[in-house]
Formats: sequence, structure tokens, C-alpha cells
Amino acid sequence: MKEKIYRQLFALLAFASVLFLVGISITLFVEGLPVFMEVGVFDFLFGKLWYPTSDPPDFGILPLIMATVWVTGGALVIGIVLGVGSAIYIHEMAGRTQRAILKPTVEILAAIPSIVYGFFGMVLVAPFLQRLLDIPVGLCAFTGSLVLGIMTVPTICSISEDALSYVPHSFREASLAVGANRWQTLTQVVIPAAGSGISTAIILGMSRAVGETMTVLMVCGGAAMVPTSFFQPVRPMTAAIAAEMGEAVVGGLHFHALFAIGLILFFITLLFNVVAEMVSRRFRLKLGLAG
Amino acid sequence: MKKNMTQFIGFSSVYLATVITLFLLGMIVYFIAAKGFSVLDWEFFTEVPKRGMTEGGVAPAIVGTFYLTIGAIVFALPLGLACAIYLCEYSPKGIVVNVIRMSIYNLAGVPSVVFGLFGLAVFVKYFGFGVSILSGSLTLGIMALPRIIASSEEALLAVPQSYREASLAVGATHWQTIKKMVLPSALPGILTGVILSIGAVAGETAPILFTAATFYTRGYPDSVFSEVMALPYHIYALMTEGTHPAEQTEIAYGCSLILLFLVFAISAVAIFFRYRQRIVHE
Amino acid sequence: MNNEMVRIKAENVNFYYGQKQALKNISLDVYQNKVTALIGPSGCGKSTFIRLLNRMNDLVPRTRVEGNIFLDNVDINRGQIDVVDLRRRVGMVFQKPNPFPKSIFENLNYGLKVNGCKNRAEREKKIISALQKAALWQEVKDRLNESALGLSGGQQQRLCIARCLAVNPEVILFDEPCASLDPISTRYIEELILELKRDYTIVIVTHNMQQAARISDFTAFLYLGELIEFGLTEKIFTVPTQKMTEEYLSGKFG
Repeated sequence: MKEKIYRQLFALLAFASVLFLVGISITLFVEGLPVFMEVGVFDFLFGKLWYPTSDPPDFGILPLIMATVWVTGGALVIGIVLGVGSAIYIHEMAGRTQRAILKPTVEILAAIPSIVYGFFGMVLVAPFLQRLLDIPVGLCAFTGSLVLGIMTVPTICSISEDALSYVPHSFREASLAVGANRWQTLTQVVIPAAGSGISTAIILGMSRAVGETMTVLMVCGGAAMVPTSFFQPVRPMTAAIAAEMGEAVVGGLHFHALFAIGLILFFITLLFNVVAEMVSRRFRLKLGLAG
Repeated sequence: MKKNMTQFIGFSSVYLATVITLFLLGMIVYFIAAKGFSVLDWEFFTEVPKRGMTEGGVAPAIVGTFYLTIGAIVFALPLGLACAIYLCEYSPKGIVVNVIRMSIYNLAGVPSVVFGLFGLAVFVKYFGFGVSILSGSLTLGIMALPRIIASSEEALLAVPQSYREASLAVGATHWQTIKKMVLPSALPGILTGVILSIGAVAGETAPILFTAATFYTRGYPDSVFSEVMALPYHIYALMTEGTHPAEQTEIAYGCSLILLFLVFAISAVAIFFRYRQRIVHE
Repeated sequence: MNNEMVRIKAENVNFYYGQKQALKNISLDVYQNKVTALIGPSGCGKSTFIRLLNRMNDLVPRTRVEGNIFLDNVDINRGQIDVVDLRRRVGMVFQKPNPFPKSIFENLNYGLKVNGCKNRAEREKKIISALQKAALWQEVKDRLNESALGLSGGQQQRLCIARCLAVNPEVILFDEPCASLDPISTRYIEELILELKRDYTIVIVTHNMQQAARISDFTAFLYLGELIEFGLTEKIFTVPTQKMTEEYLSGKFG
């Protein structure tokens, strides 16, 4: 009898996560809905002007969406090159000691708060790049991509390394046995076998980059215009929410518009996560690791 | 020969990528440590900010972050642990469990600023807690939940099935087995997860932007309904809202170093725990 | 055979892991104060069967049991029985010694505490007596507070037997208790089992035919989930009625 009560109690508490996830989506819907009604879905998503506080206001979030796309895209290039590169290094080239140091180091670096990255980007990277590249402002999409890219390295690196290590040793032996060298074995056998695992890493890195707030808020410059060059200041979606919520009138259209942006972000990251999960499931199936 | 050339270039570029990564990350730590150390002194930890944030310490921000973090863990730990216990020890495997697992997985991927929006709409406005420690802690707690569940689950799964069988075989009930055998064995692993979550929660900024944090308070918070200063938010505010950028940047260096140090200390403790646990299991 | 008292009676027991049938129509009796051995090649279902007797297979998901198993004429798979009490009455010693990661004392104390024995002095008395019965007392009396994981494999297994005895069971199930032990420890355990049968009813699974011959009164031979032959050990080993039993005992397969 008592046992049954415990079981039901735990079941109830276990449902908290479901409750929160559903709660978040309902909240975003309810708070974001007015803006879709008043501005219209199409004009909201594809409007080129974002002047939420002028009179009359413009609520077109295309500049914000494009800023997110540019900055995330740039970050991803850096994240993939450095992240997958170091994963390959750790897996293929590092000895036992190096590995034992590098793996925890990567883990610790993943734990550095985003505000610290943002601060670093603002006080050091931006002025440095401004002088080095002779650009008008240091706080721009490029700087944002760079710092955000560094931030995604630990995620991409550690998941990719896991994926590489799941590739059965027999694959490697078979390739070496037919006279391939280590690099050929790596690029033609190991990496393709780990391919969907690495894709999972990249998708999750991308999901993190899209949702990252403080860094882009501090280093991207904040201009809400559709970007035409990497050296322009931009305002990604997350930055817009964080920067403007303080000045938005509660219950006003601007307030609802920011929730609507949150809703879009929520679904983008949800989509990425679902895709990542599907890809990684296929990966485990392929290597016979399904459990 | 061409084959070996490609191999050489390939491995060199991989090596280069690693060196660049380590260099960049080393730079972050080096610059913040080098500049931050000159700011840190006793006063920095114990005094309130003075003269428009250009002098004095950041004690209220440290205290605020402490309260927010404790609050978040107090909220998330029982809930997360209960969830992990359900999934590992009771789970009947089926649609229910799949739905729970999917929710946890997706909750982990929600952007931090979206948690902030949720906290604003639900805790600050709907429940009327206002911008406060309570709202901020609850928001941070929900955010920490997936991580706590994941690490607790891992710790529970690491408890050998033979302990459970042996306990049941001497006539312990299911609940007695969980309480007296499984949980004590899993405790180090659960604690490691909690410690790591503390690091993550303490450094979060976006979720508390609209739910708890403020740039300046007179003195210290006196109830869970007070708004607070917090270290990560303080860095942001110093860099974007102040009137004396040069002096404020110095203080921001100090705050960043404290956060960085916190993260390193916590990771070190967690790694130590994990190491010791491995020894116990062997 | 008929004047013996039957403690456990299995009738037409079928058992399934998912779709796969692991036990087919098993019926056998376990007699009071006797040692009943289950033998057969690995995968024959002997461990599965013994784990049904204290419902340990409840822990394995997607399993199903049909038929009846009676303990003192009460069906252990039906509503009235409390599975926790069943497991206290029907103790179990596992294949691999599995002491808790606690002190020697706590390993025994645990079972007493979960069974509601509140008085500490009484618990201590029971613990000492259990350790004595398990022939472990002399070796551990000065180190009761040390970790049980510091004991040798054979000592650990005797500790697990003591842990089982401490809660005063009526039947003890041994699931290949010597599978991971050296020959000397094995002899110790075998002597102990012969000692224990005066007070307890014992069922033992073993893959070692000599062991079954040395210590058991009754032997059941299982093959591919079926009970091929069941009877007095001396008869089974000298004049088996089934050809398959004879082939197995003479080492032709398994």
C-alpha cells in the first residue's frame, strides 16, 4: 500500500519536466499571440523594419532573424573547424597523458559562463579586431561569430570525440590491413562511420549558438538592420529579447512581440534537438549500439 | 609519396586546430586572470559598491548570486532526484516514460533567454512574485533540472543491480531498498551532478535578466521577494549601463575572475569526486 | 519419499521472456530439510526457475509466469501473498558474492533493520549467531566494522550466506554459489550447506554435477527449459530413467 503511494508520488514529480516544457510553450504562445493577430504572421516574420518604440512602431523581425543566421553561420564554421579538428586530434594523435589532460580541459571550458565570453569579446577581441582589420566598429557580426564559435568548440569537440570513439576498432584494422595509411583510414573509414555522430555534435552546437544570449548581446553591436556584411553591427533574436524587455511596456505590443521572438527561438531549438536525436539514434543503430 | 604528403598536411591542420583552440581559450583565462587579480582584494569581497560603481566591492552581488544558486538547487534537486528515481527504479517502460524523457531532453535545449521569458510571464507576473530572488531561483531551477536529472540518473544506473537484488532478497521493500541501499551508494555521483549544476547556475545571466537581477541595491536583500544584484548580471551592467567605463571595466574584470575561479574550483571538485568514486568501485 | 514434508510445490510452471519461452511445464516438489539440486547445461532454465521461487524475476521487465508455485500450500504468485515477506522467508544467495559496500556488521544489520527489528542488542545477538552459523565468525569477529569488500571471495560468499541467515529464512536458494570461487572455498561452502540443511530447506542451482552428487538429496535435471528427470540424487546418478540424463551425466553434452 505504502509502496504504491511512493510510486505514484514519484511518477507525479517525474512529470514536472513535462509540465515545464508544456508550460513554456503555452506561455510563449499566449503572450506572443497578440502580435501575430495585430501585425500578421507574414509581416512579422518578413518585415524588414524593426522599430518597436517609434510611433507608429514597426514589428518586422527579418533583421533579427538574418542577424541570427549570419552570426550562427559564422560561428558554426569556426566551431566545426576547431571543434572537429581538436576531436580528431584528441582521438587520433594525442597520447594517453595528453588525452587525460585535454578531455577534462574541454569539459571545464564548456562550463565557463557565457557572460565571461561576452565580456572577453567586448574588452579584448573587439578592439583587437578593429585595429587589426581596420574596420569602423569592433562590435559586429564577425566578432560575434568568432566569440560564439569559440564557445561552441567544447560542445562540438566532446560529442564528436565520443562519436569517433564508438567506431569499432575492427573498421580501422580492416582499412590499415589493405594498405591505407592513418589519414586515409581516418577520412575514408572512421569519419564516415562516425558521420552522423559528428552531425549530431554540429546540430547541438548550432542549437546552442542560436540560443546563446549574453555573448551576442554584448559583442554583436546591436543594430537592428538586415546585415549586408560581416563587419556590420547586428542584433540577433536573443539579443533583442534581452536588451529590449527592460524597456517594453508590460502587456504592450512590443512586450508581446518579444515573446513571439521567444516562441520562434523555442521552436527552432526544439527542431534542432529533435533532428539531432533522430540523427544520433540512426548513428547508434548503424554501429549496432542501440540500447 | 603523395599519400604520405596528404597525411602530413591533414594531421598538421588537425594539430593546428587544436593549438588554436587551446591558445584562444588560454587567452581568455590568462587575460581575465592577469587583469582581474590586480582588482581583487579583501575589500572587493566585503564592501558594497561606492561612487557610482567605480570603487568599493561587489559583496551584494556575491551574496545575491549565492542566494539565487541555493534557491535554484533547493528547488531543482528534490524534483530532479525524484524524477531520476522514477525513471531508474520504477519506470514501467512505456509511453509515459518516453514522454518524460523527451521532455527532459528538449528542456535541456531551450535557450536560456526563453527560460527568462517564462519566468517573467509566470513567476514575476502571473504568480506576482515580482522581480525577486524567488522568481529568479525558480527560473534557474527549472533550467538546472535536466542536468540534475541526467547526472542523478547516471549515478543511480551505476549502482550494481546485485545490491538491489541482495537487498530485496533479505526482505527489504522496494522503497527501503531505494532509500537505504541505492541512494546512499549513488550519493557521490548525485553530489557531483549537483556541484556541476551550481557552477552552471551561478554563471547564468539571461534567465535572471527579467526575473531577479538589478544593477544596484542599497545593501543586502532581506527576503525572498527582494530583487538582488548578481555577479554575472553585474558584469553586463558594468559594461553597458555605467557612466565611468574605464573604472567599471576594472571591476568587471574582478567579477569575471571570481566567476571563472568558481567554475574551475567546482570542476576540480567534481573531477576529484568522480576519480574517488571510480576507486571505490574497483 | 511420501512421508517427507513438501515445502515448495511447483505445478505446470511456464515462464516467458517476452515471446521466448524459458521454462516449459515444470512440476517438482521441494522437501523440508533436504537439499534439492537443479542441474543441466547452461541456458537450460535452472537459474530462471530458482529465481521464480522468491519472485526475483519480477525485477526483469517483460516477463510472464504461468502455472502455480506453492509455498506451504499458498500460491506465491497470487494476490494474498506479500512479496516482501516471501523474500524474507525464502532467502537467496547469488552466483557472484554481492556484499553491500558497507561494513561486515552493517551487511547483516541491514536485513534486520528493514525487517523491523528495533532492539539493537537483539540485532547484535542475531548477527553473531548468523556469522557463527555461516562459519565466518572466527575470521571476522575482530573486524566487524571493516568494509565487507576487503574480504576474500570465499569469505564474501559466506558473508552473503550469513546475511541471508540473519533474517531467519525458512528456505534458502543458492544460485550457483560457488561459480566464482576457488576449490577450497567451494569445499567450505559445501560443508556449510550440509550443516545448514538441519535447520533449513535448501534449493541449489549448480553446473557442477559432482557438487550436486556430494551435497544434494534430490536432483532435478533440466534441459532446454524442460524438466527431464527429478528424483532422489542417488537414483538419478546411478540409475537414471531417461536416456538424456544418462548422456548428460556421462559428459556427452553440456
